[in-house]
Amino acid sequence: MTELTRRHLLGMGAGALVVSSISIPFSAFADASKAKEAVMAFTGGKTPKEGKVSIDMPEIAENGNTVPVGFSVDSPMTKDNYVKSVLVLADGNPSPGVATFHFSPASGGAEASSRMRLAKTQNIIAVAAMSDGSFYSAQSTVKVTIGGCGG
Amino acid sequence: MAKSKPRVKLPKKAGKGDVITIKTIISHKMESGQRKDKKGNKIPRRIINKFTCKLDGEQIFGCDLEPAISANPYFQFNAKVEKTGEFEFIWEDDNGDKYSKKQKIKVS
Repeated sequence: MTELTRRHLLGMGAGALVVSSISIPFSAFADASKAKEAVMAFTGGKTPKEGKVSIDMPEIAENGNTVPVGFSVDSPMTKDNYVKSVLVLADGNPSPGVATFHFSPASGGAEASSRMRLAKTQNIIAVAAMSDGSFYSAQSTVKVTIGGCGG
Repeated sequence: MAKSKPRVKLPKKAGKGDVITIKTIISHKMESGQRKDKKGNKIPRRIINKFTCKLDGEQIFGCDLEPAISANPYFQFNAKVEKTGEFEFIWEDDNGDKYSKKQKIKVS
């Protein structure tokens, strides 16, 4: 009888473990949906197409406080066909927005780089708004060793 | 906090129609509003929220910054130059302060 109780207890422990492991993907999902909302707000409800945008950043970031991030968008950058703006998002940060870059035909090329803070391992999303009203996006995963949002 | 000091790096001369690379950095804490002090109170957000680069008054590059941009915000971007002119770089702080820097470029 005592053995049965012990097993019962063990079973309960395992059950608790399952519950706690479920809660982690749930919170990640909440953040990802926030990022999706931000994309939709930027595109006005359109789903961006894949391609044209490339994200240039390390696969592993040791220090989440300053992670270099760069991107470039394939565009001739003429008066009739250029990249208007690029939205950069980090879907695992407390707030997904990182920055919105604005370009003009006088930018010469739609590329820029900066440094950002990342709280944990997550996806970086870049969405480009073209002058003809179309949207393109790219995504890249970054492993973060030490998070950089402070406590 | 020490006064924010902007620094800009771009070529002094360029050929007509050249695409030049500009690098800028400004010293700023970029307090995210997520951190807490020793007593557990939230430290209020204070970041540079906007950066603009103009060439002879016309905006060629800009950026809206969020708290996720690192301290001492750094930018690298391009500009196409057609004639001799003056670049103006403007950083806008959450508290309303503006920091700016001007630099001329000679185009031949």
